[in-house]
Amino acid sequence: MTNSRSPANRTPEIGSFFPRDRNWHPPAFTPAYKTSVLRSPQRPLLSLDNTLSELTGPVFGQSILGELDNDLIHNFAGPGESAIGSRILVYGRLLDERGIGVAGALLEVWQANAGGRYRHKKETYRAPLDPNFGGCGRAITGEDGSYCFRTIQPGPYPWPNGPNDWRPAHIHFSIFGHGFAQRLITQMYFEGDPMIWRCPIVRTINDRRAIEGLTAALDMEATIPMDARAYKFDIVLRGRRSTLFENRIEGN
Amino acid sequence: MVQALGRLKESASQTAGPYVHIGLTPNFAGISGVYECDLGTAMVNDKTRGERIRVNIRVIDGAGSPLNDALVEIWQADAAGIYNSPSDLRGSADPNFTGWGRLPTDMTTGECLFETIKPGRVPFFDGRKMAPHLTVWIVARGINIGLHTRMYFGDEETANAEDPVLMRIEQKERVSTLVAPRDGDIYKFDIHLQGINETVFFDI
Repeated sequence: MTNSRSPANRTPEIGSFFPRDRNWHPPAFTPAYKTSVLRSPQRPLLSLDNTLSELTGPVFGQSILGELDNDLIHNFAGPGESAIGSRILVYGRLLDERGIGVAGALLEVWQANAGGRYRHKKETYRAPLDPNFGGCGRAITGEDGSYCFRTIQPGPYPWPNGPNDWRPAHIHFSIFGHGFAQRLITQMYFEGDPMIWRCPIVRTINDRRAIEGLTAALDMEATIPMDARAYKFDIVLRGRRSTLFENRIEGN
Repeated sequence: MVQALGRLKESASQTAGPYVHIGLTPNFAGISGVYECDLGTAMVNDKTRGERIRVNIRVIDGAGSPLNDALVEIWQADAAGIYNSPSDLRGSADPNFTGWGRLPTDMTTGECLFETIKPGRVPFFDGRKMAPHLTVWIVARGINIGLHTRMYFGDEETANAEDPVLMRIEQKERVSTLVAPRDGDIYKFDIHLQGINETVFFDI
C-alpha cells in the first residue's frame, strides 16, 4: 500500500467517517449461527452523521505495553519455557479505506492454543491446556500502521451450534482507530484452511471477497528460517473525509 | 473505463465470541501476569473533576435473559464536555479522566458497573448542544457486528428534550430506551436487543 504520511507531521483528522457498508459486514440476524437469533436487533439502525462523540476516541500510549505483550509464545510461559505449537509471526498494516496507515492504534488479539483449547472457564473442549500459553497479546501500530505478533498457530475446535460444527483456526482481533466509530472486532483466518468455508460464523458474511479479506496469506519471504513461518494480515478500518474544504462548504 | 478510486473495503466484522475476555479482560478471565491490569477498568482517580456517578448496565436478549458473556465499552466527554482524544481540537480534557471504560458483564448477574463522572454537554455537528450522554458499544457471542448506542441521563429532562439525536427518533416512545433512570448515584441502563422495548441502535 502507498500513501503513508508521517503522523508527526499532520494535525489530527476530524472529518466524518465513510459510512459502513452493511452488505459487506455480516447482518445481525444469521440463523445458521444460532446464538445470533435472540441477540440480533430487529429494528432498523438509526443512521446519523458522526458527531464529536464518534469522531473522537481513546488513544493509548506505548507506556501501557509490556515487553512481551506481542509475544504470545512467551508472555504466559514459565522462565525458560515457551508455548507448544507451530511457531508463526503474524504481521501486517492497519490501514483505512483510503489506504493510509493508521498510526498509534491499539490491537488486541486472543486465540486458542495449538490444540484448539481456550484458557477460559466456559471452555469444554477435551483438548488439553498448554501450561505455557495464555492466549492474549497486544500491540500498538507504528507510524505507517505496521504491527507484528509472535505466536503459535491455533488449532481448530468443535463448538456447540450444529451437531458437528468446527471453527477454522483463527485469531481474534480487536482494533481501535482514531475515532470510536472505527471500533472493530474481527477474526483472522489462515490461507488454505478447508474449515473456513464450512464455518457458520465465517458464513455470516455474504460476500466471498470479504471473507478472503480476513484470510491471512502465508509469506515465506517473511519467515525466520528454522524458527517461525509468517502470515501477513492487513486490516482496514473506515476511512474519513478530508476536512480541508468541504466541511465549511457544507456548513457542518 | 475510468480511473479506479483505489479505495479499500473495511475489514468485515466477526463476532467477539464467548472467549472475548481472554483478549480484552484477561485478568477477569483468570489469566494473570500477562498485563498488569485490565484496560478500561479505572476511568477516574481522586483528582477527576465532576460529579461522581455509577452506571449499571445490562444487555438483555430476546428471551428476556441478561447476557452473562457480553463486553461493554463506554466513551464519554469529561465534566466540561471535552473528549480526552487528539481528535478533539476544542481544548484539553481533564488529564485525570480517561473518558473510556470497558467491563465484562458479570457471569452470574449479567450486570456491569462503571464508576465514572457525569459528562458535560458536547456540540452536535451544527453547533446545537447535545444532552450529556455516554456512547456505548456492545460485543458478545451471537453479535456479528458491535452495536453502537447511547445512554442519556434520566435527570436531564430539559437537555434531553432538546437533544438533536433524540429528536431524530421517529417513534417518540422509543426515546425512553436510551434514557437511564437515576437511583441515588446510580443510573441503571438496560439495553434490550429485541422486543417491544428494543433499544435504539445507531449506524453511525
